[in-house]
Amino acid sequence: MTLPEGVIALMWVGVTLYAVFGGADFGAGFWDLVAGGDRSGAGPRRLIEHSIGPVWEANHVWLIFVLVVLWTGFPRAFAPIMSGLYVPLIAAGVGVILRGAGFAFRKAVDDLGSRRLFGATFALSSVITPFFFGAVAGAVASGRVPVEPGAIEPFAPWVQPTSMLGGALAVATCAYLAATFLAVDAWRQRQAPLVSRYRRCGLGSAVVAGLIALGGIAILRADAPRLYDGLTGRGLPLVAASAVAGLASVVLLSRRRFGAARAAAVAAVSSVVWGWAAAQYPDLIVGRLTIAEAAGSRATLVAMVASLAVGALLFVPPLAALLVMHARGGLEARESDGNGGVPPP
Amino acid sequence: MSAGTTCRLTPSCPNVSVCARNYRGPVVLVLAAGQPDLEAARQQMALSLGWHIVIACFGVGFPALVVAAEAVGIRRRDPDALRLARRWSKVLAVLFAVGAVSGTILSFELGILWPGLMRTFGDVWGLPFAIEGIAFFIEAIFVGIYLYGWDRLRPVVHLLTGVPIVVAGVASAWFVVTANAWMNQPRGFDVGHYLATGEVVDVDPWAAMFNPATPPQTTHMILAAFMVAGFGTAAVHAVSLLRGRTGRYHRLAFLLPFTMAAYVTPIQITVGDWAARFLADNQPVKLAALEGLEKTQRGAPITIGGIYVDGEVRYGLEVPRGLSLLAQHDPNAEVAGLETVPEDERPPVAVVRTAFQLMVLIGSGLLVLSAWFAVAWWRRRRLPASRWFLRAAVLAGPAAAVALEAGWVATEVGRQPWIVYGVMRVSEAVTDAPGIRAGYYALVGVYAALTVATVYVLRRVAGGGGSDSGDAWDQPPPGDDVVPRTETGATGPR
Repeated sequence: MTLPEGVIALMWVGVTLYAVFGGADFGAGFWDLVAGGDRSGAGPRRLIEHSIGPVWEANHVWLIFVLVVLWTGFPRAFAPIMSGLYVPLIAAGVGVILRGAGFAFRKAVDDLGSRRLFGATFALSSVITPFFFGAVAGAVASGRVPVEPGAIEPFAPWVQPTSMLGGALAVATCAYLAATFLAVDAWRQRQAPLVSRYRRCGLGSAVVAGLIALGGIAILRADAPRLYDGLTGRGLPLVAASAVAGLASVVLLSRRRFGAARAAAVAAVSSVVWGWAAAQYPDLIVGRLTIAEAAGSRATLVAMVASLAVGALLFVPPLAALLVMHARGGLEARESDGNGGVPPP
Repeated sequence: MSAGTTCRLTPSCPNVSVCARNYRGPVVLVLAAGQPDLEAARQQMALSLGWHIVIACFGVGFPALVVAAEAVGIRRRDPDALRLARRWSKVLAVLFAVGAVSGTILSFELGILWPGLMRTFGDVWGLPFAIEGIAFFIEAIFVGIYLYGWDRLRPVVHLLTGVPIVVAGVASAWFVVTANAWMNQPRGFDVGHYLATGEVVDVDPWAAMFNPATPPQTTHMILAAFMVAGFGTAAVHAVSLLRGRTGRYHRLAFLLPFTMAAYVTPIQITVGDWAARFLADNQPVKLAALEGLEKTQRGAPITIGGIYVDGEVRYGLEVPRGLSLLAQHDPNAEVAGLETVPEDERPPVAVVRTAFQLMVLIGSGLLVLSAWFAVAWWRRRRLPASRWFLRAAVLAGPAAAVALEAGWVATEVGRQPWIVYGVMRVSEAVTDAPGIRAGYYALVGVYAALTVATVYVLRRVAGGGGSDSGDAWDQPPPGDDVVPRTETGATGPR
């Protein structure tokens, strides 16, 4: 493995973590959107707040990580991807702003009107954002990002079948992941109605995601033949593993083995992300730019890997502590009064 | 947002693109023929950065206040200080979230709007952003632990989880500003070779990060962050004091941030002098623009106030030899004027100079205010008795933010027309994409809504502690760890 390939692999770890953990946070927003009216939706929404509250900002950092590694390590890919796909990326960027702000604002206020407004902002942008990220992935994977500087088309690179498939699959996958995460959280809190709610949601979204993926086979074959060849060639073991893990997670979910179902769902998403990488290897933008061509200077790649290694020593222990504390309920929000433990005046 | 190819003024003119480039009228024309919309790209970047920079300053300076309040509370067993730390930590949660997302969009925009810069120099100046990402990650992790750990961790442990937030915030600011410093003093690649061939060789990202502008710029920015956060927070609580809520809680809430800012202000003015002298040696055109100095001269005067019109400063107060004295600490030193570079390499002087003067004016005012406070405290261990002091403190909050923006305009616009000083012009870096202006207008709407919502939420979170006229504040609030926790209604009213 060359140095640039090693750095891409590192970046892909970031993509995977963002797809899994960031995806679960976006999916929670999807379930927040469909949680129902103020009264019937209060329980699910409280669970969602508890589930993503302490971790969403840390999960969001994986997006930043991917962006900076791409631009520092592979500037010749970063520039065309960002400028060529500016329309979906601005939409996703606005979605990122509104999602984060909406969620933080809803947590901070307690009157119904503002909670509704901020909650709707959070929930709606949680659906829009993964859609556009999926569309960006579809454009890169189907080789529609022009690499040479020149006239930029606002819509052509991403208004096409593969991007629409990518967007739909991203939304469905996020919803499915989130349902398994929420089911585990509800089960741990012994909230029986919410457990069965998210069990149902998980099964439903698994069917939808599976149907989209099956339909996607035909779409990719017609619309993105290079990617299709890769997925059915080098990427096939990973794609197959993803399908198996996905099926296993549905079975586990229906049998109420929630922890295992969540693990299987994570495995399914991770494998498909790596299957995509294997399918388009050695290209960074399919058919247009290889990893080696896109790579920046060796000195920078070495410096970046060294910095990330040192950084990992610093951030992995506290991150593990945060996730463990959260998983054990150690960070349980005692803020259901919306007042953060501050006595009302 | 039409991209028609005919000029609307004279449809028969064949030279559409040149016409569109030179035309300074309504924007519709500039958009014609798929010209890069430099102005819209620049305004979008300025809006996003100008918005983020204020929030980011609170992100850097505010955690120190929260941790300080908690430390006071634990050390002196002071329930008011603990209450304050808790309430402020809710403010921190909102500010941190908004800062995180408004910062993320900037890394999108660097690629979306300035592909020429990123394609060519991404690997030269990207490293500090990658390291900043790590610092930000550490910050986010500890913010999560700190905010949700109030009642789960022992008080001292909880306090300690706040410390990495402060350290990582300052580190983030340092790394990001080294990247901006690089735009002013590009290093870490063979500049001569690039100018001759357009090819980037001999990349050394560490040399780019530790460029000559890094020490003055990072120091100036980090101190600015503490001033903005300090004066800003103090201003909010000065309003409470003026409204007669003068209990311990509110006095502390004013004193902590104001003291921090008052300590930093004189240091900042010294650092500002250093930063300006740095320009005299390394970016003389920017200094000439800051001062509106047209001709290179020995014993250059400095002009205070006034406006810059047609190559000279009018109606200002001229101090003979002042600029030479300030820039080189020598009244007869030579100072380079704008004339040293061709006209198309000069920044828009009027904007740069006005912004710079505004920053210096506000900085001086804040220094006077800090001195007033210091004298009163030194003599009587209390706030200045005059209500005018508190009124000035209310004004100091927004004024510090205005000074921040003005300083930022001075340094960024002062670098024009270069995106990488002396190496790449902004016009070489901008995207060709159509419709950037539409995106800009959409973002104006988003940021306007975000501003309204942020202010609204912060008022809800920070306010409401309004009824401390009585002695209720002297009683320990329930739920704080200095008092035995009661079983019932730990967070409820007594």
